[in-house]
Amino acid sequence: MQRLPELICPAGSLPALKAAIDNGADAVYLGLKNDTNARNFAGLNFDHRSASEGIRYARDRKRKVLMAINTYARGGDSLRWRAAIDEAAALGVDAVILADLGLLAYAHERHPSLRLHLSVQGSATNYEAINLAQSLFGVQRAVLPRVLTLDQVRHVIANTSVEIEVFGFGSLCVMVEGRCLLSSYATGESPNSHGVCSPARFVRWEDNGKGMDARLNHILIDRYGASETAGYPTLCKGRFEVEGHTDYVLEQPSSLNVLAMLPQLLDAGVAAIKVEGRQRSPAYVAQVTRALREALDQAGQTGQRFSVKPAWQQALSKVSEGQQVTLGAYDRPWK
Amino acid sequence: MPVPDFTLPSFGRRWLQRLPATPPAWLLVHSLNQLQKRQVLAADMSLLSGKTFAVEICDAGLTLTFSADDERFHTRNTSNTPDLHLAANLADFLRLMLREEDPDTLFFSRRLRIEGDTELGLIVKNLLDSVDWDSTPLRRFMQH
Repeated sequence: MQRLPELICPAGSLPALKAAIDNGADAVYLGLKNDTNARNFAGLNFDHRSASEGIRYARDRKRKVLMAINTYARGGDSLRWRAAIDEAAALGVDAVILADLGLLAYAHERHPSLRLHLSVQGSATNYEAINLAQSLFGVQRAVLPRVLTLDQVRHVIANTSVEIEVFGFGSLCVMVEGRCLLSSYATGESPNSHGVCSPARFVRWEDNGKGMDARLNHILIDRYGASETAGYPTLCKGRFEVEGHTDYVLEQPSSLNVLAMLPQLLDAGVAAIKVEGRQRSPAYVAQVTRALREALDQAGQTGQRFSVKPAWQQALSKVSEGQQVTLGAYDRPWK
Repeated sequence: MPVPDFTLPSFGRRWLQRLPATPPAWLLVHSLNQLQKRQVLAADMSLLSGKTFAVEICDAGLTLTFSADDERFHTRNTSNTPDLHLAANLADFLRLMLREEDPDTLFFSRRLRIEGDTELGLIVKNLLDSVDWDSTPLRRFMQH
């Protein structure tokens, strides 16, 4: 049997963490209740007490806990981010997931034994960038942005000794991760600066009599017919009029789903497969973790004879954004 | 056991509509206050204080309205627009409460409608998600 990549699942709350562990996650990732992580949503995330309890729950079952501190510290105001790293070290997490170079340097110097993962928000898409992070800060794992084809993922892995983590399931973003300005354009706040894309207080859904209007800071970004599936209220997934046609211009609401290429990812030698969705509920975490755990185990046992069970596909499609799934950049025909 | 697919039949709806909405709203408010008192529901009431909520059970033709102050939830019967309006069929509300479905999934498939203050909706959603039913007698109803 092949050595399996770790299955890394999201936890926005203690019940979600337990759901991930109970359904077979090898590790969970979580964030603190502030803007030091990219899911800074009201009422979501962990404080010291719930994080300690979650870490105990995971450790008792021999699983790992990673802490995402993956937003960018603001100039002259980096205390909160440094404090988050100190807290992660004090809590005894298995690794911190960082994007900001200054914070990587801080963590490396202040907590030399703390394991560092380079966040997807760090936007390192080539092995030179990853190897530089390794030599400068001792980064042990890098999470690849969802912009690379499977061949490009293989190429990165062949040229670095840093472990490579890839996304396996979840909402897609417009694929300039760590560099997107769309949320800032509409609201003045973005994942990198405030830890949230399309902050909820700027979002309004209104019944227009024939369906639903979605507005972001008063800008009409989509109009759904009565039975049309919906997505998250982000500019990238809105429909706009271009040259007389109104349609998705940047991206359709859909979720990445790598079930169909699990054997290839295993062969490529990825160290971990990550599930997106710290903002989602324990029900989502349970359903997605269960399906991917079974699929991964099956892929490890059957290799190239692996076939996707309809039940997994069904479970994942149901919880997908816009109820659509895609292989994303992994199998795009263009370069 | 998962909640089966069902929609309340129209005769049930007609029957339910004749009843005053106050008893179900009172039951909901009383339950919320009990959960909060026992610290199962770790509500930061300062975030909810002064807000009004409407929970519309579409297939029952029933809308439960309630409000919150600094300490507890209250039933409320006014015609003002609520700060947060949630609408779904009874089966889907049950699935949400029993953690069989997540609200984003229901929203994507247009089975859950959220109107009004979206951030307040997120606070309520995350509050319900953070309840650790393992610590209550209700745990045997909850699926993982």
